[in-house]
Amino acid sequence: MDAVISQTFAGLSLGSVLLLAALGLALTFGQMGVINMAHGEFMMAGAYTAFAVQKVVSDAGLSLLVSLLIGFLVGGLLGLLLEVTLISRMYTRPLDTLLVTFGVALVLQQLARDIFGAPNVDVRAPAWLSGAVPILGVDVPKTRVFILGLSIACVVALSLVLKLTPLGRRIRATVQNRDLAETSGISTRATDRLTFFIGSGVAGIAGVALTLLGSIGPTLGTNYIVDAFLVVVVGGIGQLKGAVIAAFALGLLQATIEYSSTASIAKVLVFVVIVAFLQVRPQGIVSVRTRSLA
Amino acid sequence: MLTLTGVHVGYGRTSVVHGVDVEVGAGSVTAVMGHNGAGKTTLLRAAVGLLPVRSGKVTLDGADVTRMRPHQRVRRGLAYVPQGQQSFGQLTARENLQLVVDGAGPAGAGRMDEALDLFPALRGLLGRRAGLLSGGQRQQLAIARALITGPRVMVLDEPTEGIQPSVVAEIEDAIVTLAASKGLSVLLVEQHVGFALGAAERYYVLESGRVTSQGDGGAASEEDVRAAMAL
Repeated sequence: MDAVISQTFAGLSLGSVLLLAALGLALTFGQMGVINMAHGEFMMAGAYTAFAVQKVVSDAGLSLLVSLLIGFLVGGLLGLLLEVTLISRMYTRPLDTLLVTFGVALVLQQLARDIFGAPNVDVRAPAWLSGAVPILGVDVPKTRVFILGLSIACVVALSLVLKLTPLGRRIRATVQNRDLAETSGISTRATDRLTFFIGSGVAGIAGVALTLLGSIGPTLGTNYIVDAFLVVVVGGIGQLKGAVIAAFALGLLQATIEYSSTASIAKVLVFVVIVAFLQVRPQGIVSVRTRSLA
Repeated sequence: MLTLTGVHVGYGRTSVVHGVDVEVGAGSVTAVMGHNGAGKTTLLRAAVGLLPVRSGKVTLDGADVTRMRPHQRVRRGLAYVPQGQQSFGQLTARENLQLVVDGAGPAGAGRMDEALDLFPALRGLLGRRAGLLSGGQRQQLAIARALITGPRVMVLDEPTEGIQPSVVAEIEDAIVTLAASKGLSVLLVEQHVGFALGAAERYYVLESGRVTSQGDGGAASEEDVRAAMAL
């Protein structure tokens, strides 16, 4: 029984990391359709932000909280810069966007190497996150619980923004019908920029969270970018709810398979399951039903 | 109010509208008629800024808006109801309207009430997703959304196309009422010649991207216009 609980929590924990990595992408790729290969590097930028902030704010607890805010801004501003300078010119050319943002990802990795050096660096976790808490008789690291809580908080915040605020309405309207949004008085360009800022900012937050799990390096983002895209595609493009379900489903699946084999075998089997699933349901877990999508 | 002068519009290398002049007077209804493919929708999309004008000029209240983006024209009082009962299908009817209220400033909420008074059937459907409404309801929603922007000129592309006859009458009444009581100028593309001539003070017949006939709506007979369209 302990093993089941322990693996379930491992799965939820993995799922929450996947969710944090994929949440911003659910906005920029899922909602806007932009294939941004540099999304992982925005996470890396968030992680190095945490490292840099800790140089200034020595208290690990305070620096974590400050880093979450500054990480969001750094990720967001990098995303905004990318959108304004490159992506905005390529909205009708997805393949070019993919290649260009892949190039940007490499540039950002090298930039991180130049600034922070090639070896990995560590960010100290605050004392209140060291150790473990017993949950249903199983010791779970506090950092994992924190990341689970953070991912849920991000989902709730993003859902509330999308659902209840004027900005959220503008984003959803622009995503659904750009021309109709423009002729309803919405500046779709300004909305694109804000959406990209928020989506990339969430990647920054994800990066800060990843510093709690281990040392960070310039290629941190590449470890997550493929998984993040998978979560969005499996969840159903354009649906935040789908990304949440997909992230936890994939996390639990991976943890379950890992229990009786190895991480590599689990990864392969998860890919096989995803390919099989998309054959049966190419639209993903959650799809939208309306009489008229327009 | 809204004037198109020598307007040329096209897609890629294909030219669709060739030097068209259309004038929409203050508080009046102007109809553009023509067969499918005559360039009516292309002309309207250029008027509201969704398609670039290759040469020629679009003015709104005397100000040149030819290079303005569509949302900037909306803020200057040009509203557009596109073809095909378009709405934001995944948003509720209320969100479809609220979206425009958000950008319309303090007057927006009052205009939403006025628009719902015009189409009272929408009041009971506000919580429903717009994509689940019928074609007629979606068209009423689209006109309501346009009205909330506080327009002085409203451009409507085949507002009665594909809609059940009972709702067609409601929509026609609403358009005529708005022009008469609120001083709203209306530019209308309409296949339904009888209605267009009844409502319009001025009409234009478009054929292969050129104006082939024009005149005063009241003075023209339906047969003459149909004959002009058949050319």
